[in-house]
Amino acid sequence: MDMPTPDPVVLAKKESLVQRLLSVLPPDAVVHDPVETRAYECDGLAAYKCPPLVAVLPGSTAEVSAVLKICHDMGVPVVPRGAGTSLSGGALPTADSVILGVARLNGVLETDYDNRFIRVQSGRTNLSVTGAVEENGFFYAPDPSSQLACAIAGNIAMNSGGAHCLKYGVTTNNLLGVTMVMMDGSVVEIGGAHLDAGGLDLLGLICGSEGQLGVVTEATLRILPKPEGARPLLIGFNSSEVAGACVSDIIRAGVLPVAIEFMDRPCIRATEAFAKPGYPDCEALLIVEVEGSEAEIDAQLGVIEDIARSHDPVELRASKSEDESARIWLGRKSAFGAMGQINDYMCLDGTIPVSSLPHVLGRISEMSVEYGLDVGNVFHAGDGNMHPLILYDANKPGDLELCEAFGADILKLCVEVGGCLTGEHGVGIEKRDLMPNQYGTDDLEVQLAVKDVFDPGWLLNPAKVFPLDVTQSRRGG
Amino acid sequence: MLRPESEAELSELVAQAAGPLAVQGGGTRIGAPAKDHVGLSASGLSGITLYEPGALTIVVGAGTPLAEVEAALDAEGQRLAFEPMDHRGLLGRVGTPTIGGVVAGNVSGPRRVSVGACRDFLLGVRFVDGQGRIIKNGGRVMKNVTGYDLVKLMAGSFGTLGVLSEVSLKVLPKTEMTNVLCITGLTDQDGVRAMSQALGSPYELTGAAHAPVGPDGEAATVFRLEGFESSVQYRAGKLAGLLGKFGQVEIETDQQKNQNLWQWFRDVRPFHGQGGDVWRISVKPTDGPGVGHALQGAELIYDWGGGLVWAQTKPGFDVRTRLREFQGHATLVRANEATLAKFTTFQPEPAPIAAITAGLRARFDPRDILNPGLMG
Repeated sequence: MDMPTPDPVVLAKKESLVQRLLSVLPPDAVVHDPVETRAYECDGLAAYKCPPLVAVLPGSTAEVSAVLKICHDMGVPVVPRGAGTSLSGGALPTADSVILGVARLNGVLETDYDNRFIRVQSGRTNLSVTGAVEENGFFYAPDPSSQLACAIAGNIAMNSGGAHCLKYGVTTNNLLGVTMVMMDGSVVEIGGAHLDAGGLDLLGLICGSEGQLGVVTEATLRILPKPEGARPLLIGFNSSEVAGACVSDIIRAGVLPVAIEFMDRPCIRATEAFAKPGYPDCEALLIVEVEGSEAEIDAQLGVIEDIARSHDPVELRASKSEDESARIWLGRKSAFGAMGQINDYMCLDGTIPVSSLPHVLGRISEMSVEYGLDVGNVFHAGDGNMHPLILYDANKPGDLELCEAFGADILKLCVEVGGCLTGEHGVGIEKRDLMPNQYGTDDLEVQLAVKDVFDPGWLLNPAKVFPLDVTQSRRGG
Repeated sequence: MLRPESEAELSELVAQAAGPLAVQGGGTRIGAPAKDHVGLSASGLSGITLYEPGALTIVVGAGTPLAEVEAALDAEGQRLAFEPMDHRGLLGRVGTPTIGGVVAGNVSGPRRVSVGACRDFLLGVRFVDGQGRIIKNGGRVMKNVTGYDLVKLMAGSFGTLGVLSEVSLKVLPKTEMTNVLCITGLTDQDGVRAMSQALGSPYELTGAAHAPVGPDGEAATVFRLEGFESSVQYRAGKLAGLLGKFGQVEIETDQQKNQNLWQWFRDVRPFHGQGGDVWRISVKPTDGPGVGHALQGAELIYDWGGGLVWAQTKPGFDVRTRLREFQGHATLVRANEATLAKFTTFQPEPAPIAAITAGLRARFDPRDILNPGLMG
């Protein structure tokens, strides 16, 4: 993966940059010792590392503004960072960049149950947003797997999803407003506690822009009343195709589960060995969760069980207790960790039309043989968001490159069948060079023009999202 | 009126346009042609390209009549969950509403408060920008974070950034049954209190509206529940218990009556055929009654639990000045020429936001020919 060559002019300014940053931030908020900056050298895409020039940890919107103004004046690139859990390299620094971490911005500013929103600082973790409102019977819906660690700022940057977005939507559907600092240090307020935009939907544009348009410091989020209860159903099948058909039938029947999760045999075996959730040894497994009162849950599960039976399942297990529910989810939730026990892995994130599921799974297993690398599939089947996990050995020369080539082929396949490169992890650096597979020159040009408006100097997270050759003239200028 | 029959023809027409174009679908909503603009209708870009009920997705030409889309969905037991309103009665227009017009206006009805707006169901767009370039963004899958989300930006841009040629939408299954709970005689403030309580309960409302003068002439606060029969009945019972302290709760189970009632709110029926200005105001729900109070003399309808206030005022009444203390926005949906000369259709934006908006418009439409002046 290429990254731009660090600008020697910027590198030479380090000392004066640090001095200026120290004039607006407390000393412990400016990390510039080369040993300490290594803590910020990578994110969740750990295959790529590069310590930044400096890392800063501002504690207020005003401090973020002051930092950005300095970097803007001095022409120093800035890479915003939430909690550093990005799986696509969204927070990967370059050697000539300042990492702007929002970890200290973690407060709750306002909770309003009558109007069903919470306003938080953007460094607050996803799970602790729910933590702040659950005593009052509310929750924040988007639930990425990393929700214990990941920050709202990163969720907004990547438009994060999660297992339950089939019913509740992803971040953009639950975001009401932001306070955002522009690269020149100016502060803008977009949206608020009211619904929808009075003019152009800038909030929708900012969400998912991967930290390239501004640094979000505060967010107004929709909170929802917690359902009375929730219970999953586990269904095992002897073929992925049948499992795919079952998903489609459930969706058509008018039941709207909160989640439909899918695991294939390699993943089932790995999780069974790792976490022992008691899964059947079969080709494909679905976990379908529904919500409501006890009676409502029974009724919905009844409909789903009838559909599942018509597809001749090898296992059909409706949870009858909290404990059983936890066991059914245990395997799914530990799937990534289980695969990690076997080997290093790369997690993909393409989305496909649900109807293409059997075809795509078939092609992936063929390619797995061709590349000589094992793959496990675990994903959000209800919305076609796949997470193939390709196993490789990081210590074996050439294996990472082989794995990346395999991954690229899978993503191209996703686009070919009418899907996309990334459903919830973001483009970052990981899928940057594949963008022309999904978008033509004009499609990309108009996106670059959007960045020109927000960040004319191309200083915010400049080496991400778009192929480097496409952005070169802008980044240079 | 220019009426291209294909995206390629649309692209050519826009590229060759010598002056401003009045972009429209069926011409039934905000943004009707100004006198000196050449009309450009997308109605020739019609037809369903793809419909996969099992994937809850439909891809259609932007000029496809909304009725055609709804009929196709209905045949498979599905619907556009965001419940777009029909503006014809309110604006006194005739014509055929198109799906592109719905998207361009981000037109969303009472169900928006719980399931989301049109923009939340929009998966992908194809459009022609002000230079005639054909652009695509998003796609037809439900989760997509590949590149910037221009899909949201195009929803509600009223043809000022590009002319939509095709849209992909997420659809949802129709529900088996609707029950409506109604409390009569509440003040605006108590109506909103009751709605806040209901929307904050786990009983999954799909509508909460209040009219000081309801369909039967007295104040009506209504709550909608949809779903499978047994679930709706269960939730109706629970919710009636919860709301009992606000007044006597009637439960209406007649499906046709319930449908009519929500169309009454969705299309703001009491304002049809009248001469006043009509404003659509989005605020924090509990600010709704304060907005109503500040507009004394206006006729009011509250939707979205109080967060959407429809106000009919006497012509030329300065709504925005009276609402300065509230966060949100007010759109002038219906007005005579004298009012339109006085107020902009859309809420003026603070300078830094207006600068971003202007910057985007300059990139998407550098010649300023697409509905110029409509959005500032």
